[in-house]
Amino acid sequence: MNYINQKEVIKRMSGRIFLNGLFKVIFLLATLFALATLGILIYRMVTQGSEYLDADFLGNFSSRFAEKAGIKAALIGSIWLMAVVAPVSLLLGIGAALYLEEYASKNKMTDFIRMNISNLAGVPSIVFGLLGLTIFVRSLALGKSVLAAGLTMSLLILPVIIVSSQEAIRAVPNELREASYGMGATKWQTILKVVLPFAIPGILTGCILALSRAVGETAPLVVIGIPVIVHFLPEGILSQFTALPMQIFDWAKRPQPEFQHVAAAGILVLLIFLIVLNSIAIFIRNKFQKRY
Amino acid sequence: MVSFKQQDSQSVQQLIEQAKGKGSKKLMEKIMPKILFLTALVSVLTTIGIVFTLIFETFEFFTRVNIIDYLIGREWLPFAGDSPAYGVLPLIAGTLKVTLIAAVVAVPLGIAAAIYLSEYASDKIRRTIKPILEVLAGVPTIVYGFFALTFVTPIIQTVIPSVKIFNAISPGIVIGIMILPMIASLSEDAMSSVPNSIREGALALGSTKLEVTLKVILPAAISGILSSIVLAVSRAIGETMIVSLAGGSTPKFDMNITDSIQTMTAYIVQVSSGDAGYGTTIYYSIYAVGFTLFIFTLLMNLLAHFISKRFKEEY
Repeated sequence: MNYINQKEVIKRMSGRIFLNGLFKVIFLLATLFALATLGILIYRMVTQGSEYLDADFLGNFSSRFAEKAGIKAALIGSIWLMAVVAPVSLLLGIGAALYLEEYASKNKMTDFIRMNISNLAGVPSIVFGLLGLTIFVRSLALGKSVLAAGLTMSLLILPVIIVSSQEAIRAVPNELREASYGMGATKWQTILKVVLPFAIPGILTGCILALSRAVGETAPLVVIGIPVIVHFLPEGILSQFTALPMQIFDWAKRPQPEFQHVAAAGILVLLIFLIVLNSIAIFIRNKFQKRY
Repeated sequence: MVSFKQQDSQSVQQLIEQAKGKGSKKLMEKIMPKILFLTALVSVLTTIGIVFTLIFETFEFFTRVNIIDYLIGREWLPFAGDSPAYGVLPLIAGTLKVTLIAAVVAVPLGIAAAIYLSEYASDKIRRTIKPILEVLAGVPTIVYGFFALTFVTPIIQTVIPSVKIFNAISPGIVIGIMILPMIASLSEDAMSSVPNSIREGALALGSTKLEVTLKVILPAAISGILSSIVLAVSRAIGETMIVSLAGGSTPKFDMNITDSIQTMTAYIVQVSSGDAGYGTTIYYSIYAVGFTLFIFTLLMNLLAHFISKRFKEEY
């Protein structure tokens, strides 16, 4: 008795092998499609925007005339925004991650906090804008200031920072902690002098990636009501400002075709800003990563 | 001599006892867990803040507009001077149109890319392509919006001339491109975590790679793949800047995708960037729409969570 109908198997073999090869190409094309889109996107922005991207563009305020429009206020405003978001979100995020990884006992409260963080990560950014508008701009009367926008953005990226910091802290080998305890160190001393120094490159890498999300995020700023036509630089965290994505949004909406080029130039500035941030993250990861 | 010895040499035990007595150290040990706990509570407070803000302001909205009219109304005309209409269905229709198109683009391409990376690509290729996909996911949405408006829409218009400047197709496709890396990356993780022994078992029985993938790997990784799709769709629902720039601002309750539309998020942006005064019905309407959006994404996220828990295969 034959368990395998050999003729049938041989007959189908070439078809099966052909299908395998065909689908390999299809899967490859799907992957390349994603990569090609990125290429086209960057190519478009460079060809559209590079002629407007010069010293005048970086040094001028925005204008009704495409020729004179510049991005100075938005660029400086984005840096101010970072100056608020970075310390607030880092302190809160790393603190929460340390609590969850080092101190939290397994109980309902901890589970609740964890679930809450993962749900918060899925809330659309525009909803954070509504929160910021109600709590920071109106209730706390901070106005449309750097501080109000910065706090809103900090809350927005907080879940990302917590999760990536947790991963970095979890990667610290337990032997290091045990050795520290064995030398007579207390728990907080161990965290401060053993766990954090080991985890900080990983934490910073994740934080910088989260910060770069805050740089490019537009929707919460629109909802808060950040102005787009600003002819001054912020003087403190309570002054009004505008930011790179807001400025780009404003230019992109204008009907005159020249402003499309101005918007593309603005996008180039934004992308360069992000590339610099991400390069710092990669540099930190490569330079300080210790392997045990 | 004896007394000298007793005074100077202390056992380690004693040293520790002494150190414990020092005030500042003891204080740090006690106070730091509490401070860190408070920072962890900020995320809980944020959630409470979001929920209460949305509920309070939405409640205010429903004192002015009938909740039934809001939920089943087919006209959304908040700016129509004397007789404004607040039926949310047109905004939901706009959101669903864009989301559906995004899913049609992103799900097949994302899963195909995930299969290629997990099953076909060599380690070296995978390690080159995955970071590039992450870059694609990190491009700010305002850039995608501009790309949709100035590049994708003109291309679609040359292919299908009846398509308007603002339409559902272009932002739908671009949102699809935006969420593609998310599906590809999460699905790839799910497929890579299927143990190699299962893969080799199927290969040893004479299957081709394609057959292993379709009949063994995909079913085994299905929970991860499905939850990645649900999460990505939830992102698409909440996406704002792409639809604000390329989708238009005419909410309509129909199935037309070549005309200008308006999504829930785009409406909030339209009102926020105009000057609807504080305290007007229009002002409160953005909270009602925001609340509706929040419910949608919350349900999707819970569904993703449920899928990955419920259908998880353990090896």
